[in-house]
Amino acid sequence: MSFDVDVERRLGDARIASRFVSGPGITALFGPSGAGKTSILNMVAGLLRPDRGRIAVAENTLFDGAIDVPPERRRAGYVFQDGRLFPHMRVGANLRYGQRLALPEHRWIGMDETVAFLGIGALLDRWPSTLSGGEAQRVAIGRALLSGPRFLLMDEPLASLDASRREEIMQVIERVRDVLALPILYVSHDRGEVDRLATQVFEV
Amino acid sequence: MLVTAEEWEIVRLSLKVSMVAVAATLPVAFVLAWLLARGRFPGKLLLDAFVHLPLVLPPVVIGWLLLIAFGRSGPIGGWLETWFGVGVIFRWTGAAIAAAVMALPLMVRAIRLSIESVDRRLEGAARTLGATRLRAFLTISLPLSLPGILAATVLGFARSIGEFGATITFVSNIPGETRTLPIAIYSALQVPGGEGVVTRLAIISIVLSLGALIVSELLSRRTGGRQARNVL
Repeated sequence: MSFDVDVERRLGDARIASRFVSGPGITALFGPSGAGKTSILNMVAGLLRPDRGRIAVAENTLFDGAIDVPPERRRAGYVFQDGRLFPHMRVGANLRYGQRLALPEHRWIGMDETVAFLGIGALLDRWPSTLSGGEAQRVAIGRALLSGPRFLLMDEPLASLDASRREEIMQVIERVRDVLALPILYVSHDRGEVDRLATQVFEV
Repeated sequence: MLVTAEEWEIVRLSLKVSMVAVAATLPVAFVLAWLLARGRFPGKLLLDAFVHLPLVLPPVVIGWLLLIAFGRSGPIGGWLETWFGVGVIFRWTGAAIAAAVMALPLMVRAIRLSIESVDRRLEGAARTLGATRLRAFLTISLPLSLPGILAATVLGFARSIGEFGATITFVSNIPGETRTLPIAIYSALQVPGGEGVVTRLAIISIVLSLGALIVSELLSRRTGGRQARNVL
């Protein structure tokens, strides 16, 4: 079992509730925009506190009534829709940000390996504002991997990309799924994307 | 143009008063700006209004209020006198306090704008990468609001150099102690034949203000690039 989630949260007038238990591979949360999919990822990451419920990833309880592990100790590799790179740091510093904070025994992938895996060697000295959408997304994936995560959260990582870049990042995600074998919780409103990538799909 | 030793003394005093005022106000302004930008607490509107008072009140009124607060029998003045045996009335420290109070709202505004322009979701990203709340603040929010802090420093410095009304009301016009540039210019204007002094001090004021703006521009280019220039 990878993700075992049962959460509820009120945000303004909306009530977000979700319940799913998933196996290995990519677990997709599929549904229309505004259904609260990002809020569910934020709850798993520890950035948004559920009103009630339980979150466990790979047998580790991250949240229930008594436990609320802070985001910095959940070891979630979060890839945001917009990349969300730190604008005041070069690509190299962005990549090292999480790596430096991870305990040595948690770092399961090195800088050289990550850079080669994602093909971002030429970008290390660039500023995030000079990257294309696809480049930024690859750096964001690298930054998440280098922080030594136990699982990945991906929030519509293809949404802001044009068709050719989507294909490129889709292949990167497939390789992360097949080569690194990390549990991935993947949010999307695109049926084709979900059908191609996901091992399991839950509607939100 | 020959500047006399006495006039250099005025410039030196003005610089000292303004630098101390800005240095002392900066941390206070940052905390207030942070509270106003990010805080959610009852009385926030009141705090906001209170911080802005020196901007909208006549400076003479601020000077008078300071006189009451810092006078020997005033709430703060009495306390300083009893515990530290120091007074600030008629002293350059008093001039620095007046300058600091007058500069505070401008500095809070500049820093607040810049904190509000920092994307809070970047802090969330830092947290998921292993940063504690404090580290996310120190490595993400603080550097990203640096342009605003620089802008606030320059604004505050310029405001302090020009401070007149509150200062002359609070600590009077004492040569070598509270006679700062604007007060010296005002005094020279009252004296027949003081035009030469006025001209020299006015030119120095212009050079100081221009210098401050140029330094801030250079600093902002080095630190924040595009963002920094938008704030200034």
